[in-house]
Amino acid sequence: MRIKVDRDLCTGCEACVDSCPYDAIEIKDEKAFINEYCQLCRNCLSVCPEGAIKEVETEEDRTEGMDLSQFRGVWVMAEQRDGKVVDVSLELLGAGRRLADERGSELTAVLFGASEDEAAKLIHWGADRVLHAQSPVFDTFNDDPYVELLSRLITQYKPEIVLTGATAIGRSFFPRVAARLRTGLTADCTSLEIDKETGHLLQIRPAFGGNIMATILCPKHRPQMATVRPRVMKKGEYNESRKGEIIKLDVEGLSSRTKVLQSIKEESETKVNLQEADVIVAGGRGLGKAEGFKMLEELASLLDGAVGASRAAVDEGWISYSHQVGQTGKTVCPKIYIACGISGAVQHLVGMQSSDIIIAINKNPDAPIFNVANYGIVGDVYEVVPELIKKIKEVKGSCQ
Amino acid sequence: MRIVVCIKQVPDTAEVRINPETNTLVRDGVPSIINPYDLHAIEAALQIKEKLGDVTVTALTMGPPQAEDALREAISMGVDEALLLTDRAFAGSDTLATSYTLSRAIQKIGFDLVICGKQAIDGDTAQVGPEMAEFLNIPHIAYVKAIEEISTQGIRVQRLMEEGYDIVEAPLPVLLTVVREINEPRLPSLKGKMRAKKAEIKKLTHTDIDAEEDKLGLTGSPTAVKNIFAPEARKDRKMFSGSPAEQVAALVEELKNLKCL
Ligand SMILES: Cc1cc2nc3c(=O)[nH]c(=O)nc-3n(C[C@H](O)[C@H](O)[C@H](O)COP(=O)(O)OP(=O)(O)OC[C@H]3O[C@@H](n4cnc5c(N)ncnc54)[C@H](O)[C@@H]3O)c2cc1C
Ligand SMILES: Cc1cc2nc3c(=O)[nH]c(=O)nc-3n(C[C@H](O)[C@H](O)[C@H](O)COP(=O)(O)OP(=O)(O)OC[C@H]3O[C@@H](n4cnc5c(N)ncnc54)[C@H](O)[C@@H]3O)c2cc1C
Repeated sequence: MRIKVDRDLCTGCEACVDSCPYDAIEIKDEKAFINEYCQLCRNCLSVCPEGAIKEVETEEDRTEGMDLSQFRGVWVMAEQRDGKVVDVSLELLGAGRRLADERGSELTAVLFGASEDEAAKLIHWGADRVLHAQSPVFDTFNDDPYVELLSRLITQYKPEIVLTGATAIGRSFFPRVAARLRTGLTADCTSLEIDKETGHLLQIRPAFGGNIMATILCPKHRPQMATVRPRVMKKGEYNESRKGEIIKLDVEGLSSRTKVLQSIKEESETKVNLQEADVIVAGGRGLGKAEGFKMLEELASLLDGAVGASRAAVDEGWISYSHQVGQTGKTVCPKIYIACGISGAVQHLVGMQSSDIIIAINKNPDAPIFNVANYGIVGDVYEVVPELIKKIKEVKGSCQ
Repeated sequence: MRIVVCIKQVPDTAEVRINPETNTLVRDGVPSIINPYDLHAIEAALQIKEKLGDVTVTALTMGPPQAEDALREAISMGVDEALLLTDRAFAGSDTLATSYTLSRAIQKIGFDLVICGKQAIDGDTAQVGPEMAEFLNIPHIAYVKAIEEISTQGIRVQRLMEEGYDIVEAPLPVLLTVVREINEPRLPSLKGKMRAKKAEIKKLTHTDIDAEEDKLGLTGSPTAVKNIFAPEARKDRKMFSGSPAEQVAALVEELKNLKCL
């Protein structure tokens, strides 16, 4: 595919120029011209009033790539830390099970390190079989042995889809595997579906800091590889009587150029508090003053919750950094998240989007926070929150 | 020692918005900046230079001709030289083609250490660093939050992990991707700005880096963006209306039904 300007239709109106996030459209000789920085995001297509910007097929689209039919099966690369399989791997088994069933193929989990009990758990969570490698090289995380062994296995077994968690470990070694196998990798997916017509994997992911979503395809290469963010997929069903096969892997010839000397765990107390709280009441610049947080504390304590904040509120000095939620603060996932006077900038959203219930209170009905909210109240925090405190006290009172 | 810093020119995504009517990005007046993580990569390289002395720092970017601005900014911060990879053949590169292309240029330049940002704030994949290390056949350490020690032989760093950090050691040459915690990027000096104005930015095309054409641009990219769209409001969303008291009452009713209260 290539994006081209039909020079006969182009009027040189420049509407497309600003629509391009990559500065890839220039005006040359009074016509639009797409330069080498085009990323094929297709943003410009619908902007052109003349319909002069088009997708055109290229030689490449018509040539057949590799023989895709040799590749079968869905793989989940499970991740263990300190010998325990992490949650995102179980979530991926849920998603992987669905994809494998849809493709009429098997679901394989791959586990490097950890005990046989952990391997068996992967079967209970949905895998048909587990490829399990045990070796001291997996006691700490180094990219080399992970890359080497997974690449070998993929070359040998030829799976169609390979997934892992978008964690510090997954995001570090998975790209190397993709590069070694010369295949595509989609980062940080939030949704995975099979295209009914072509059988390709439709990989949906945020880009531009979450301002847009993109569907990514890997049409001519296999395996189709993707990392998936923690807490966006649902775990499958746990079934202890599920049977499956555990295949022990040969771990000969694995070595590492990097060496982990020490692993240091850091868990500040407030991190634990915020991240374990069932309810978080968070405040933003809309509070207008430090005293606003007193009110939020009252609401939080009524609900046995903790207080969170946007960066703007932290920057104002109204509350300490340890309360900050978002990209450069904490990622939280409470049952209820109440956002008070927070606009909903993507950097904030990434830290709280997977909360079970999001309640937004904001005086601007167009605030982006309402896009992720389950419940929206349009109004002034200083009218709404006291009212909410009063009502909750009433409800609590009537129960006692 | 030679350090290559990879920098990307990106739109300032904090200011990018979607036009809800046309479902397209609005980038009216959105400035182009150096990817913020890459400023930390530049700073890390400059600090190593200050420490070890005999070091040449090269900033490298692949992009359109106007990406030259980013390179001049890097020079104004203090890097020694800057290279721009620009060629229509690079159009439509995904991370695999991008990292292949950059790795070819880095081979040409020569290197002991390559430093990248953790991720670019537009593509957001964090894949180019590790993929490039694979093409260069050198080890990499991702998410570096501190460099504890470095010599011409090897390096010891702190690597950010979910529950803390690891202390990791590697021989040179090695590739690092760095996170914000690693340092505070310096501002360009006046002298630096003067130098940047006059500096020559070398431009390279695919023939200058002996790249195989079928590994470049669209042809060399296994992934394709099928479409883009605005994130939707959740379908189950409820917006209340009425006075604050009425809205709160409706909310409390809902929460009671969900047994949350
Ligand atoms: C690299 C980077 C990292 C970042 N990391 C984070 C992060 O980790 N966490 C984070 O939160 N931000 C982060 N930010 C900042 C982020 O982009 C936003 O600037 C910030 O989240 C805005 O905070 P806010 O919503 O409180 O303020 P604003 O955006 O100013 O929003 C205030 C809101 O309050 C509403 N309001 C005003 N008065 C009232 C009232 N009386 N009653 C009700 N509503 C009212 C307004 O309508 C508005 O929607 C980061 C930014 C960058 C560039
Ligand atoms: C909406 C959208 C979604 C996309 N999704 C994917 C996807 O899932 N998979 C995929 O393979 N491609 C994807 N791409 C293509 C990808 O964005 C480009 O290949 C881009 O050139 C590099 O990826 P990045 O921006 O994610 O960089 P990252 O990998 O996040 O960048 C990491 C570091 O690499 C260095 N670096 C990156 N690019 C350059 C450069 N041009 N010059 C110098 N240094 C650089 C910088 O140091 C940077 O900090 C997508 C593109 C769009 C428009």
